[in-house]
Amino acid sequence: MTAFVLRRLLQALLVMFVVGFIAFALFNFVGDPVSLMLPPEATEADRAAMRAMLGLDQPFYAQFATFLANAMHGNFGISLRLGRPVADLILERLPATLELSFIATLIGLAAGIPLGVYTALKPNSWLSRFLLAASLVGVSLPNFLIGIFLILIFAVWLGWLPSFGRGDVVHLGWWTTGFLTVSGLKALILPSITLGFFPLTIVMRLVRAEMLEVLRTDYVKFARARGLTERAINFHHALKNTLVPVITIVGLQLGGIIAFAIITETVFQWPGMGLLFVQAIQFADIPIMAAYLCLVGLIFVVINLAVDLLYVVVDPRLRVERPAGAH
Amino acid sequence: MAARWMDRDLVWSFRHRPDVVVWSVVLLVIVFAAIFAPWVAPHNPFDLATLNIGDALTPPAWAPGGNRTYLLGTDDQGRDVLSTIIFGSRMSLLVGVLATLLAMVAGVTLGLVSGYAGGKVDALIMRIADVQLAFPAILIALLVDGVARAVFKTRFTDQLAFYVIVIAIASSGWVRYARTVRGSTLVERSREYVQAARVIGRHPLAIMFTHVLPNALNPVLVLVTLHVSEAIITEAILSFLGVGVPPTQPSLGTLIRIGNDFLFSGEWWITVFPGAALVILVLAINVLGDWLRDALNPRLR
Repeated sequence: MTAFVLRRLLQALLVMFVVGFIAFALFNFVGDPVSLMLPPEATEADRAAMRAMLGLDQPFYAQFATFLANAMHGNFGISLRLGRPVADLILERLPATLELSFIATLIGLAAGIPLGVYTALKPNSWLSRFLLAASLVGVSLPNFLIGIFLILIFAVWLGWLPSFGRGDVVHLGWWTTGFLTVSGLKALILPSITLGFFPLTIVMRLVRAEMLEVLRTDYVKFARARGLTERAINFHHALKNTLVPVITIVGLQLGGIIAFAIITETVFQWPGMGLLFVQAIQFADIPIMAAYLCLVGLIFVVINLAVDLLYVVVDPRLRVERPAGAH
Repeated sequence: MAARWMDRDLVWSFRHRPDVVVWSVVLLVIVFAAIFAPWVAPHNPFDLATLNIGDALTPPAWAPGGNRTYLLGTDDQGRDVLSTIIFGSRMSLLVGVLATLLAMVAGVTLGLVSGYAGGKVDALIMRIADVQLAFPAILIALLVDGVARAVFKTRFTDQLAFYVIVIAIASSGWVRYARTVRGSTLVERSREYVQAARVIGRHPLAIMFTHVLPNALNPVLVLVTLHVSEAIITEAILSFLGVGVPPTQPSLGTLIRIGNDFLFSGEWWITVFPGAALVILVLAINVLGDWLRDALNPRLR
């Protein structure tokens, strides 16, 4: 098990190294690092000082090392478009994205698991057939279209919910939350449904497939033969065993949700990191792109790692020590 | 390969799936309209001379205030929405198909080389694939697009934007082909006919492309079909985010983006119809792709 964990850790480090290198290449070769780091009104002396401080006269690997050290301190320079430190900009927008992604994941799980169980237990009911057909359409439906249709119906035609922004937020230290105000909660509804729709369909289809699989196994038949109630069989024996793949997929989806938040945030003008990133691309704002890349890379790597480690906890078979390369 | 297409099983399975037949007809109609857009479209939305700004924001023909000449209404510049959709599908399909083909050629080549050469080359290509797979395709495409914008800066023309988006989408999708082909290549490499070809001294490249490749292509066919719809969605997303094809040659995604601005003033048709067209196009390709996957590989059923 230690070998497994170590190997995963090493892989994660390698990915982070590559991501860091790409960000470095972006920063140093695509952009002009001196003007990236300095405000436009800097003098020639400032530039020379900055060049020395950045160590641009130094060999390539030393520059890369400096970049990594800076990145670990959250120093990505100054946004070209907004003229403010990138770290501040990202930190300001991080809570909005995380709250949105969290609620979207919650929707995906809270609705996806029961619907998946239902469609597995009652495969022939008309509701199950409808749900399955709808989920197929849902997979074909691009995320931003769902958002636009929701805005059209609930914001434009019915006028029930706001269609852009976060509403009023409460400051808790550097964190801003929309959970504590009515307008903040109302503003969350449409974007989180939009973002949660894809994980919902995935979770539902996955739980259904796994449940159908497990319900066919011998131990479920045996449980039924023992005279256990349907309820105990379905939920205690069957559902519990479907949760391992569900954890994996949901975990891996979590990264996808943060990436897809880019689109949802654009549709709803949600003041998160994704919107910042899209605007950075439109204006070729390299420092923000590099920083976003590193941050999202880190989130992805941590999630993948956590899912793998969780797997070890949930699935005892992985805890057995095996010779290398035998997996 | 040609024989596979005429395969009796495939034809039989096609004729026994009425839903697939219907969606294929839908897809054929869309593709036909897209290819012959200048002749099929009732108006030419990009010919400024025929545009009548007085007709701007006309609702669909059946709605109050609608006009028979504009079946699905007009946008803010008086362009016929139905015609922009036909021209938009043309752009969406063009980018989607080109990007898919590019990804396929790159992925298949890298997969072949990786599987056939093995060793360090294999390790390098597959590690790159691993790292890339850790990130969603849309993020890769966005990043490639953003880097291109930063590199070319003011020289970033409309023409260039088209190629950049094709390359961006292709570079986000090559991994699946490389992995699939590498897997089949590893199996085929040890077969006797490959060893025989090697013994008679054929060039490794010749062996790869004339012997191994034809036997590794079936799964690629399925991947291509499903990838086209994904590429079309990715293009639509990029265009919707404003980093896709230029507004002078709008795709369905661009049209949705333009229409989105008019949602609140009540002109819903400018965005809803291109959106519906996108969903129908993608759904048709997906149904066909799913059917092809099942038909070519009965074990998956």
